[in-house]
Amino acid sequence: MPLLYTKNLRREFGGVIAVSDVNFEVMKNSITGLIGPNGAGKTTLFNNITGLDFPTKGNVFFKGEDITELPAYKITRIGIARTFQNIRLFREMTVFENVMIGRHFRGNHPKLSRNRLVNFALGMVNLKMEEKDIYENSIKWLDFFNLLPFRDEYAKNLPYGRQRELEIARALATEPDLLFLDEPAAGMNPQETEELMATIRKIRDLGVTVVLIEHDMKLVMNICDTITVLNYGQKIAEGTPGQIQNNKDVIEAYLGKSDD
Amino acid sequence: MDLFNIPANELIQHLINGLTLGAIYSLIALGYTMVYGILKFINFAHGEILMLGTYSGYFLYYMLCDPTKGGSYVIIAFAVSLLFAMIISAILGITIERIAYKPLRKAPRLAPLLSAIGVSIILMNLASLMFGTKSKKFDYPFDNTPIHFGDASITPNQIMILVVGLIMMVSLKLFVDRSRLGKAMRATSENQAVAALMGINVNSIISLTFAIGSALAAVAGILIAMEFKVYPTMGQLAGLKAFIAAVVGGIGNITGAMVGGILLGLLETFGVVIIGIPQGLKDTIAFSVLIIILLVKPSGLLIKNRREKV
Repeated sequence: MPLLYTKNLRREFGGVIAVSDVNFEVMKNSITGLIGPNGAGKTTLFNNITGLDFPTKGNVFFKGEDITELPAYKITRIGIARTFQNIRLFREMTVFENVMIGRHFRGNHPKLSRNRLVNFALGMVNLKMEEKDIYENSIKWLDFFNLLPFRDEYAKNLPYGRQRELEIARALATEPDLLFLDEPAAGMNPQETEELMATIRKIRDLGVTVVLIEHDMKLVMNICDTITVLNYGQKIAEGTPGQIQNNKDVIEAYLGKSDD
Repeated sequence: MDLFNIPANELIQHLINGLTLGAIYSLIALGYTMVYGILKFINFAHGEILMLGTYSGYFLYYMLCDPTKGGSYVIIAFAVSLLFAMIISAILGITIERIAYKPLRKAPRLAPLLSAIGVSIILMNLASLMFGTKSKKFDYPFDNTPIHFGDASITPNQIMILVVGLIMMVSLKLFVDRSRLGKAMRATSENQAVAALMGINVNSIISLTFAIGSALAAVAGILIAMEFKVYPTMGQLAGLKAFIAAVVGGIGNITGAMVGGILLGLLETFGVVIIGIPQGLKDTIAFSVLIIILLVKPSGLLIKNRREKV
């Protein structure tokens, strides 16, 4: 069974159908690409899965459970994280704080009860343990992205590429099982894109399933195990990179119909 | 040393008066600025939350003791009443947000503002109806004979205002900067959607913000009540001036609200003695300051030129 799937997910904005009865599947431990021309409904689909927006019809299932109606903060707590097309960091906070906050409210410390009141009753020992865990994990993720030297900088002062990395680090600090990346390579030069590809693979190897929206076809074709193509809100194709590259509908959607 | 032909001891006296007034403005201004920081709207019912909190403290105080008798029991009763007023205000703040603002969160910005003004009018009239329009005296729990030093003097209540104000502001600043919930508040104020994606329950954080702001208002209300009195419209002018203080400091900025409040208190006091503005026109100072700030530096003193978020 897929780690996450949507069942006939539909999102209408007034008369516009942004996502039209899409069945989208993500297999565990895969890197799944979501592509399509601008306005195809990719980000809308992301938003509907991550709880920032809710579908008009249809359902979202994660680990076999229906999560359609869950608010964003609960979706984070069950193990889904995301980044944004336009970077959305806490600009007025330091790099370290940005990552720490990703972990603060996760509330999944294995040694701790989920119940905060019980934590208080158990006393400061546990709180200290939790603080230590947050500290160590934040350091771990900063180190993963070589961001440690920027630890006490304000997020807004980082160079663009670094901000993208910090956003991914922050998402990973919530310890997700599934990570959604919305155009992670946007604005990156070829060399940075190359590095990003390696990073995404590394993330997958850590056991995090990755879904990404991307326009950089080289990146998508290189690292994705499966690709889903949306056009005008509808799923028009699904398959391996090889299958997608030779799919007639996909070529038409991107390049237009040939006359002969 | 005479400055503007005012003897030094008188200056010190005015400084003390200005600081105590300013501390009260700051406490109230914090409520406006915190709510604005998170919801980007002015809670015009804040003054009424202050008023109702003060009334609840007042009633408990006189139920528990007879303040004219004095003694340590009265002080304990006063402390309990103060705490009670803070709790009632906090609950009131949360309730108002849930009923009158939350349903309008996605509405145009003017809608919650109008709703707030509506709540303010309702609460003020409700208080007049229930408690009467006659103002009630709030006796000091201690002997308020001024303490003289040199030619200046300070009353024990002024000392309390300064001490309580300082403690509240420092602990709030520490809470927001250092604690986990404070961090969540800052995150929520920067971007609610992203905060939610970090696992933060945005609705609880908004409630917490209203609770803290309202509790601080209750403290300010009781401090005012002892200097002046308790009456249904007591929150109006105090609220308006604190709002100005928040704008002067830079609305949405917690340090700004503290600085703005103190500054306004000092300006009002010294405006009368130095510039010679008649006592009856004292209230115009605050509003003139508001106009000048809005003309010269609309984002407030402590905020660097802020761009509207897209």
